[in-house]
Order: sequence, then C-alpha cells, then structure tokens
Amino acid sequence: MTRQIIMTNLTVEAIELTRLYGGREAVSNVSFNLTQGQVLGFLGPNGAGKSTTMKMLTGNLAPSAGSVKICGIDMIENPKEAKALIGYLPEMRPLYKEFTVDEYLTIAARLHRVASRNIKKAVETAKERCGLTHMSKRLIENLSNGYQQRVGIAQAIIHNPMVVILDEPTVGLDPIQIRDIRTLIREIGTDHSVILSTHILPEVEMVCDHVQIIDKGKLVFNGGIDVLKRQRVGNKLLIGFNNAPAPADLLQIAGVSEAETLENNMMRVRFAENTTPHESIVQAAVKNGWGLYQIAPDQTSLEDVFVQLTYQDAAAVETPVA
Amino acid sequence: MILNVARKELKSVFASPMGWIILALLMFAFGTYFLNGVNDYFEVMSGAIRPAERYGVTQFVGQTVYGLASFIMLFAVPLLSMRLISEERRSQTLPFLFSAPLSLTEIVLGKFLGLVAFLSILIVYIALMLSTLNIWSEIDFGYILANSLGLFLLVAGFSALGLYFSSLTSQPVVAAILSFIALFALMILDRFFAGDPSNTLAHLSLMNHFQSFAGGLIDTADVAYFVLFTATFLILTIRRLDADRLRG
Repeated sequence: MTRQIIMTNLTVEAIELTRLYGGREAVSNVSFNLTQGQVLGFLGPNGAGKSTTMKMLTGNLAPSAGSVKICGIDMIENPKEAKALIGYLPEMRPLYKEFTVDEYLTIAARLHRVASRNIKKAVETAKERCGLTHMSKRLIENLSNGYQQRVGIAQAIIHNPMVVILDEPTVGLDPIQIRDIRTLIREIGTDHSVILSTHILPEVEMVCDHVQIIDKGKLVFNGGIDVLKRQRVGNKLLIGFNNAPAPADLLQIAGVSEAETLENNMMRVRFAENTTPHESIVQAAVKNGWGLYQIAPDQTSLEDVFVQLTYQDAAAVETPVA
Repeated sequence: MILNVARKELKSVFASPMGWIILALLMFAFGTYFLNGVNDYFEVMSGAIRPAERYGVTQFVGQTVYGLASFIMLFAVPLLSMRLISEERRSQTLPFLFSAPLSLTEIVLGKFLGLVAFLSILIVYIALMLSTLNIWSEIDFGYILANSLGLFLLVAGFSALGLYFSSLTSQPVVAAILSFIALFALMILDRFFAGDPSNTLAHLSLMNHFQSFAGGLIDTADVAYFVLFTATFLILTIRRLDADRLRG
C-alpha cells in the first residue's frame, strides 16, 4: 500500500460526486484530486454543498453517484481501510462532553486503531500540537468554546492520518488561537493533505495552496491560490486628480483601454494586458497640470472575486477553472 | 473493535452518576427482596405445611428475587438504552463513530455489548447473593444458573429492542417511552390470550418464554426465541443507521 501512495502521490480522488436530496442536487458532478503535501481550501456560500461534499469524502454520507478514493482505496468498497487514513472534524464538534480530554482522546486513538502501546504517546503528541497539555484532566463540558474546538482538531489528527478534513476549523477561536491553528494546519499540510472549509477568505490566502469554490453544488473554481490572487489584482489603476481630465484625454495615452470618473476626483483606469502605462499617465498629468496626488493599483478584494465567481452565471465562469 | 466501542459505552455510563445510582438502587431493591424472601421462608416453612408441599429455599427465595428482577428490567433497560444512539444523534457525535474505521455492525454490536455488560453486573450480583445461602444450606445451583441465563437473555432482548428505538429518534425520552411501551406490550401479550394459549401471538410474548427459565428449565426453544428476538432488533438497528448514511 505504501508503495502505491508514493507512486501516485494522490491522497484524495473525488470522481464525479453527486448527491441528491429528494431530487434536488445538493452536490453535482464534483471532481478533484489532492496530492500529498497540499492544503486545499473549500469555499462557498451557505448551503453550497461544502459540508455535504466533506461528509461524502469521509464516508458519513453515501454519494448518489460517483466515487471517492483515499490513497487509491475506494471509500464504498473498502470503507474501513479508507476511513483509517482520514481524520475528520465535522462542523458540529463530535465531543463526548462527559469525558475528560485525556479520556476522550484515548478513546479516539483506540477507535482509530492506534496500537495500544502507542496510545499514550499519540495522545500526548496530539495535545501538544493543539496546545491542550494543561487541560488534560478537565472535563470537555467545562472547556471554553475555543478549547473544545482544539480538542476536536486533536481528535482528527491523533492517528496521524494521511488526509485531514476540517469543516470550519477556526470558528469560535480567538485571533491568537486562530494563528496557532493556521500554523498547525500548515505543519500538517507539509507531509499530509488537508482539506478545510471556511468562510474567512484571508484565511484561505494564508493557509491554502489550492482553492476550490463551490456554489449551488457545482465547482465554479478549482485552481492554485496564485490564480485567484492574479484575478484579484487585475489591470486596473486608481488615480486621484485635483483637476480631473475628461476620460477621453486619458484614453489617448498608449495602453489605456478604459477610463471612468468616480466621486472624490478619483478615476479608475483599465489598461491592456502586458502594458505599463503608469509612467506615461504621470508624465501626462505633470504636463497638463491635472494635479495628480495619488496613483495605486486597484485591487479587487477577495470578497469581490468570490462574489463574482459565485454569482456569475455558469457560462462566464468556465475560464478561471485551471 | 467491538470491544473498544463497548468499553467506550461502559465508560460513558459510569462517567455520570446515573450508572452508579441505577446500580445502587437496583442492588438495594434486590437485597431487600432477598432478605424478605429468607425471612418468609422461615415463617412459611416452619408452619403447618405438609412435607409433600414443601420446596427448597433456592426456589423460594430465587422466585421472589428473579421475579422482581425481570419486572424491574422492564423499567431499567429503557432508561439505560434510550441514550445509546439518540443522545449521540442529538449532540451530533455520531460522525465521530461513522468516520472511524468501524463498520456499522461493529458500532451497533459494541453499543449493545456495552449495555448488556453493564446489566450483567446485576445478574452476577444476584447470582452471588443467592449463592451465599449455600453457607448454611445446600442449594440448587442449577436453578440459579437457569434463572441467570434466562434473565441474561431477557435483558439482551430488552437491550436490543431499546437500542433499536433509540436509533429511531433524536430524543432520548421518546426512545425510552417507546421502548417501554413496546416491552410492556410484549410482556403482557400472553395475558390477552390467556384463554387461547395456542394462539400464535401468545407465543410472541416475552414472559411466556421467560417462564421456563424461571422454573429452572433451560429449553432450547426459548433460548432460540430470545436469540432470534435480539438478532432481529440488532439487524433492524444496523439497517436504520445504514439508512442514515444513504438518505442523509
């Protein structure tokens, strides 16, 4: 089995996953691959099918069509072997609150087939990685929301799985904890694969090297984070003039393809690919006394990209799919 | 793996005072009945009873204690079985088990075994308590064995049914009430058909099949009945959980 992993290096294969809920397609035809050492961010508006997809990947839900392979092992044919390679933290933390942290993690290790002589060590390592060492003897019930979330993550990584699937792992954490968890995710991501879903877009930028955006059950974007970042910058400039010229004047500058006037004496200029009209614009501004006081690249926020991708109609979105 | 699930269930029963309290209360009840039984034995048997009608102390005391035990399990099992699955459903902890490398059969059998193991503590306790009579009298161990086996099978059947009803709902209380009603109906079924004991429905009655054990008789037909009863509800539970995975 090990040889197979090294050979293919594919940890997760989702093949045309479809899930129907009473005739309505909650997830339709989602396919993607994940290789070892990748962190995949799963984005999408509420009810887009993120959690449903994750449930299918972890074998909690049977797909209506399509299949899932974990390190080459089919989830439907060999569920036990496939599940042994996955660590999963669902949206609702599956914590038995009547146990202490130690007891709970021991049970988790045992159920995930950690050999009994390694259980103690596995529990200690998981606690250390999630910063829970000083909470060992506390009842989970009495822990704060953030610490409960850490226990949830500890439970998912205790058996050192090949694939870690986290459904909104940073919900309910304070900023410092979030930073710790992000570091942890990056750390896990170096030798294993991580899939995480989130609503927080900057988080995706920081942690993931691969992004998928899902909307209404369909994959609308699947590519590297750099592709998304490139989309974000775009060929746009935001320029402030004290006596703004007419848009027509700007259009005469080589490379400028579009110009529009905004409020507060600002103008947005769009330029063609592979041209840099910045200098010419500044020169023209000096020569004609337009009173240039600001020039900056106009960055679309990640939110805008996200909104664009999820609300455009399907046809227009085909292009960014890498 | 089944044992690991069972261990988790046992641990969770004893993690709250609930498990200890139920054990303590039931042991107190059985102990009281045992004491009363022994006292009554002296009163009755020292009286004017013809030698032909006398019977042994094991049966005399055992009858009261096991009679009470089978009746009390009717309440105790639904109370203990209600939380097995419905509580996990309510607090959304089922994915923890579903995403672990366990088959549904292992999960269900593990939970069932955990509950039966807990209740077996009581069965062993009763058997030990009755065996103490052996110190000053010669008792009929066969009678105790038959009754213990009968009680064990009865409890296993109750637990399987309770587990099934627990898998149907996400409200533990609803599960408890449903399993209590179902068990009660099955217990008294033979009363409805008292006039016609050969009726097929009367044969379904749990009490009907427990009677032979209570008399000290191990009848394979009754053993088979309880084993089938238990297996049926365990399979139904597995199917119910599988439907969860399929239908979502």
